[in-house]
Amino acid sequence: MKTTEVIVAFILTLSLLSFPSLGFQSDELLVDDEEFGLEGAPQPRSPEPIPSRSQPVTTPTRKRHSDLDSDSKIQFSLDHAFGDSDFTPAGTFSARLKTWSHGGQTLTKLRFSRNSFTDEEKEKFKNLLESDDFYRIRLPSNVLSPPGRDFIISSVKARCLPREGLDEHFVIHMEGINVLAVNYGSPGSCPYPRNLKLPAKWSFNSHTVLKNSEQAPRAPVFTEEILGGENGEGEVVPPPERSFWAKYWMYLIPLGLIVMNAITQAMNLPEEQAAGQVPAQGQPSGGAVQRGPSSAVRRR
Amino acid sequence: MAIRSFLFLLLLFFSSLNPILSLYEDQVGLMDWHQQFIGKVKQAVFHTQKTGRKRVVVSTEENVIASLDLRHGEIFWRHVLATNDVIDGIDIAIGKYVITLSSGGSILRAWNLPDGQMVWESSLQGPKHSKSLLLVLTNLKVDKDNVVIVFTNGRLHAVSSIDGEVLWKKDFEAESLDVQQVIQPPGSDLVYVVGFAASSQFEMYQINARNGELLKHESAAFSGGFLGEVSLVSSETLVALDSTGSILLTISFHNGKISFQQTPISNLVGDSLGPAAITPSSVTGIFSLKVNAITIFIRVIGEGKLEVLEKTNLKTAVSDALSISEGKQAFALIQHAGSEIHLTVKPADDWDGNLLKESIKMDRQRGLVHKVFINNYIRTDRSYGFRVLIVMEDHSLLLLQQGEIVWSREDGLASIIDVTTSELPVEKDGVSVAKVEHNLFEWLKGHMLKLKGTLMLASPEDMAAIQSMRLKSSEKSKMTRDHNGFRKLLIVLTRAGKLFALHTGDGRIVWSHLLQSLHKPQACQHLIGLNLYQWQVPHHHAMDENPSVLVVGRCGPSLDAPGVLSFVDTYTGKELSSLSLAHSVAQVIPLPYTDSTEQRLHLLIDADQHAHLYPKTPEAIGIFQREFSNIYWYSVEDDNGIIKGHALKSKCTSEVADEFCFDSRELWSVVFPSESEKIIATVTRKLNEVVHTQAKVIADQDVMYKYLSRNLLFVATAAPKASGEIGSVTPEESWLVAYLIDTVTGRILHRVTHHGSQGPVHAVFSENWVVYHYFNLRVHRYEMSVIEIYDQSRADDKDVWKLVLGKHNLTSPISSYSRPEVITKSQSYFFTHSLKSIAVTSTAKGITSKQLLIGTIGDQVLALDKRFLDPRRSVNPTQAEKEEGIIPLTDLLPIIPQSYVTHALRVEGLQGIVTVPAKLESTTLVFAHGVDLFFTQLAPSRTYDSLTEDFSYALLLITIVALVAAIFVTWILSERKELQEKWR
Repeated sequence: MKTTEVIVAFILTLSLLSFPSLGFQSDELLVDDEEFGLEGAPQPRSPEPIPSRSQPVTTPTRKRHSDLDSDSKIQFSLDHAFGDSDFTPAGTFSARLKTWSHGGQTLTKLRFSRNSFTDEEKEKFKNLLESDDFYRIRLPSNVLSPPGRDFIISSVKARCLPREGLDEHFVIHMEGINVLAVNYGSPGSCPYPRNLKLPAKWSFNSHTVLKNSEQAPRAPVFTEEILGGENGEGEVVPPPERSFWAKYWMYLIPLGLIVMNAITQAMNLPEEQAAGQVPAQGQPSGGAVQRGPSSAVRRR
Repeated sequence: MAIRSFLFLLLLFFSSLNPILSLYEDQVGLMDWHQQFIGKVKQAVFHTQKTGRKRVVVSTEENVIASLDLRHGEIFWRHVLATNDVIDGIDIAIGKYVITLSSGGSILRAWNLPDGQMVWESSLQGPKHSKSLLLVLTNLKVDKDNVVIVFTNGRLHAVSSIDGEVLWKKDFEAESLDVQQVIQPPGSDLVYVVGFAASSQFEMYQINARNGELLKHESAAFSGGFLGEVSLVSSETLVALDSTGSILLTISFHNGKISFQQTPISNLVGDSLGPAAITPSSVTGIFSLKVNAITIFIRVIGEGKLEVLEKTNLKTAVSDALSISEGKQAFALIQHAGSEIHLTVKPADDWDGNLLKESIKMDRQRGLVHKVFINNYIRTDRSYGFRVLIVMEDHSLLLLQQGEIVWSREDGLASIIDVTTSELPVEKDGVSVAKVEHNLFEWLKGHMLKLKGTLMLASPEDMAAIQSMRLKSSEKSKMTRDHNGFRKLLIVLTRAGKLFALHTGDGRIVWSHLLQSLHKPQACQHLIGLNLYQWQVPHHHAMDENPSVLVVGRCGPSLDAPGVLSFVDTYTGKELSSLSLAHSVAQVIPLPYTDSTEQRLHLLIDADQHAHLYPKTPEAIGIFQREFSNIYWYSVEDDNGIIKGHALKSKCTSEVADEFCFDSRELWSVVFPSESEKIIATVTRKLNEVVHTQAKVIADQDVMYKYLSRNLLFVATAAPKASGEIGSVTPEESWLVAYLIDTVTGRILHRVTHHGSQGPVHAVFSENWVVYHYFNLRVHRYEMSVIEIYDQSRADDKDVWKLVLGKHNLTSPISSYSRPEVITKSQSYFFTHSLKSIAVTSTAKGITSKQLLIGTIGDQVLALDKRFLDPRRSVNPTQAEKEEGIIPLTDLLPIIPQSYVTHALRVEGLQGIVTVPAKLESTTLVFAHGVDLFFTQLAPSRTYDSLTEDFSYALLLITIVALVAAIFVTWILSERKELQEKWR
C-alpha cells in the first residue's frame, strides 16, 4: 500500500517536473524586486534564476535622466577574455537606478544583453574548450563611474558552459551602486572529469540575479519573557505523572527476582532440613520428586 | 533491545548534560604546566638599599615590569601592561618606589618596590607629541619631597614622588624643538633641557628644579645640522654627529655659553670608513662610536680635544656608568671572541686600569650580547665586586658574577610567533631486564600507595608521596613516543629568530637553535622569522628518519625583501640546510602532496605573484605537474579591500631558466567598496582538520549534509569609520558584514550584515561552521554569531529510491565549478567577555564533540561547548531535539567557572591558542602562549576511550586475586563438606 503511494507520488512529481517544458514559456523578464524582500525572514533556498533571452535591447545609448522620482536608467558593460587574452566587450547590463529618500541608491530591474560570438571568438572559445582553459569575464566595480576602483573578475572553466547552447549564470552581489563580486558559472553542476563537448548552437542563454546583503538575525532578547515564558511553559507542559511502575520498573524487576530467589531458597531449606531428619526411606511424597536427583547423588 | 537502546540514549543524554571536565584541586599540574616569562629586557634598575639589594627591576619589550631575584632569577612580582602601553623609562625613587613612564610618556606610575602594588598614577598631557624622558632627582628635595622630572609631549613636568602630584610644569613652545636630554648637574638644583631645533639650531634651557622658573635660554646655530643620537660625556658637555655623519661635534654649554668644537672622524681614525653612529651611553668623559662593524672608544679631554682609546672590530656592548664611590664611575664592557665573551669593568677615568676581567664560555645558540647592565656589591673581603646582567640576541637574560653564569632566563619564549608540533622518536627495543624489574617494583609500590589512598588508609606522608609521584611521574616526560600520543615536541619560533623544542610532558626545553643562517651579517641584516611548517613527517621510515620543520624568514621588514628558508631536524635541533632565496616570500602554501622521502611539497608565492616550488627536485616537479591545473590560491589585500584568486599559468618567462618557478594568473576578484567596507578579519579552516562524517542526523531522523569545502574563506568587513575603538561611532554609522567566499571560484556563498555592530572580530572556522565575536553597539554588548552551512545538492541523496535506482550522486567527485546549492543557518548570542583569541579543539578522527577555546580579556582560556552555539537552538526543544542534545535557547552564552581550562592560572599577554590532536580520540592537547606559556590536555566529551590516570589497577588486581582465592576456598570447603556428607 505504502509503496504504491510512493510510486504515485513519484509519478506525480515527475509529471509536475516535466510539465513546464510542455506548456507556455513566458518571455517576460521577472524582476527580482529585492526591496520588497522580507527583512529578517528565513532566506530563500536559492534565488530563482531570472531567464533573460539574449536579445539586444533597443536602448543602445546611455540614458541617465535625473527625474524627480529619482529613477534613472544606467548601463554598464560586461567584458570577457579567452584564457589570458585581453578583455573585449561582450555585452551590456541595463538597470534602473533607484534613489531612496535616505540617500541610498540601489539597482533594480536588471536586464542583460549579450553580444553573440563572432567567428574569431568562436574559434578562441573552441581552443579554450580543447585545452580546458578559463573563460574570464569582468564587470566594473562601480556602475555609475566605471570601472570604479578596480574591475571585478570572475572566471570559469570553459567546459562548464556548453549544454544545448551556452548556459551561463550570473549572481551579482551589490552594495548600493558598487559591485562587490560576481558569481559566474554554469547554472547547474559541472562534474569534475570535464568532458569536451561543443555547444550545438553558439548563442548564450544567460540568467542573471542581483543580490544585496541580508540582515543578520538578532540575538534573542529575553528580558521579561524569561519569567513569563517559564510560567507559561509550566502551565502548558505539565510533566506527565507516570505510574509508580513506570518510574521504578528497573529497580523493581531485580528486586522481584531477588525476592523470588530468596523465597525459593527459603522454601528449599526447611524441606532439605526435613529431608535430613527423616531417614532416607524414600517416602512417596511431592517433595521426593523434587529432591529426586539430589537424594540419588547422596546414595551413590 | 529497545529498552537497552533507550537506556543508552538516556545515559548519553545525562552524561552530555555536564560536558565540562573540571579539575579537582589535587589534579592541578598533573597534565598541565605553566611557565612565566617577561620578554626581552629593555631597561634594568638595581636596587641598592637594604633587602632590596637582592632585587633588580626590569622593563621589557612585552610591556612587563618585573622585580627579579638576583640570586636565582625568579620573579618576585610582575605586571603586564596593555599592548599599547609601551614603557618608555623606569627608575627608582625614594628607595621604595619604582617609577615607570609609559604610553608615549603620558602615564607615570609608581609601584611599591617590595610587593609591586601600585602606589599612584598620574596622567601627563602636553601640547604635542615628542620624545619622552624620565629623570629622578636624587639629591634635590622640594618640601621634603623627591622630585621626578618628566619631559613628555613637549612639556616638562615635575612630579612629586610621594603622591604623584604635578608640582609644576613648563611648556616648550618652540614648534620644532626636539629635546635630546634632560640633565641635572650634580649638587645643584638646576635642570638643563637641551635639544635641537630646526635641525641646525642647538637650544639649551636652564631651569630651576624647585619651581620650574626658566633661568636662561641660549641657542646657537650650527650649519652642518645634527644626526641621530647624542652622548652625554659630562653634565655640561654633549657629543653629537653632524648630518653627514663624518664630523664629531663636541657641544659644551658651560655657564650657559654654548660652544662647538668640530673634529672630523677621519682625523681620529685615520681614514674615512663610512657613516658613523654614536652609541648612547652615559659614561663621564668617554663615548663610543660605531663605524661599520668597528667600535671606537673616544675620550673627551678638556675643550673639545678627543683621544682615541681603543679601536676594535669585535662585537662589543657597553653598559651605562655606575658610580662606585665619591666621584668615581665604572662601566662594563663585553666583547665577543669566538665561543667566549670577555667581561671587563673599567673605571671611567682610567681606560687601562681594569677593575675586573673575566672570560665566560657562552653558548653559541644565544647569539650576541645586546645589552649590559652593571651592578656592584661588597665582597666578603670588603672590596668591590661587580655583577652584570646581560641581554642576549635570543632575548634571554643572564646574570654574570665571578666569571660564571649564575642564572639564565629564556625570555625569548615570551614572544612566540608560530607553533608546530613534532612526534618524539619511537621507542627502540632492547630495554634491560633490571630496568623492567625496577620499573615493575616502582609500579607496584606506586599502586599500593594509591590503593592505600583509595581505601583511606594512607597517612599524610603517604598522601604527600602519592601527590608528588603523580606530579613528576617519569612517564609523562620520557623522550619517546607514547601509545596515546600525549608526548610530543612543541616546536616554537620566537621573534628573536630562535627555535625551541618544548616537551609537552613538563614544558622543559629539549633543544634550542638560533637560526644561524638568519644572522649571517653578509646574507641578511635584519632577519625576521615568519612561519614554521612541517617539512618532513616520516611515517614509513619512522624508525630511521627524523622529522624536520621548515622555517621561513624574511630579510628586513619590507614585503619584497628576499626570503630565507631553513630546515631543522626536530629530534636534535640541528640545522640540516638553509637557503637564501632570490625572491621574496608573500605566502607559503603547504601542498597536500609528499614525495618518496615524505617531504611535503610547498609552494612559495612571492610579491610579484610568481609561484616557486620547494623542494627543488625533479620528483617534486613530476608530482606537481600532475596536479598543476588543480592548484588555486587567494590573496587578501587588507588595505586595498580586494581579495583575489589565482591559479598557475605556465613556467616563468624570465631570462634565467628556472623550472621550479611558475607564473600565475588572476582568476577572480572581490572588490569591497572602500567607502563602506574595510576588511578586518579573514579566517579559513585548518589544513589538517579531520571531519568524521559529512552527514548530520537531526531530530526527526532526517539527514543534513555539511558543506565541507576546504576552500571556504570567512571574511569580516566593517565600516571604515567603525574600525577604531569601540564607542567611537554611533550605531547608525557602523555595520559589520560577514562573508563566506569560495576561494576557487570567488563565489560569495553567504553574506550577512550586522547593523550597529563593529569589530574587532575574532573568528574560528571549523568543519562547516564559523563562529565570530564582535561588539553590538545597539545593545552595548559583545555578541557571538554562528553560521553553519549545509549542502542542499546532496539533500536528495537520502531518498532510498534513488539509491535503489542508482541515481544518487554519492560517489561523484565534487567540483567547485558546479553551482553550489547551500543553505545557511545562523544565530547570535550575547557573550560577556571581550576576547583576545579564539580556537577550537581538534581530535584525531574528529568524532569527539568540539569545544571552543576562548582566550578572555583576563588572559584565561575558557572552554565553551559548541552546542551552546548551535543555530538550531529553540526556546522549547522537542523531546527528540533534546535527545539529540539541543539546549534550550538562551540569549546569553553561559560562563561556567569550572570550565576555565587554565583553572586558577593566567596566561599573561595571551596571544594564541593552539590545539593539537592526541592519538587518543577523546583527547586534545592545548597550548596557549603569550608572555606566559600554558599547556594542558582536554577531553571535550570526557575520556570515554581510556581509563583515567588515577585508576587503581592495584585495586582491580587485588579484587581479582581475592575473587580467585574465594573461589578456591569455597571449592575446597564444598569438597570437604561433600566428603563429610558422603561419610555420614
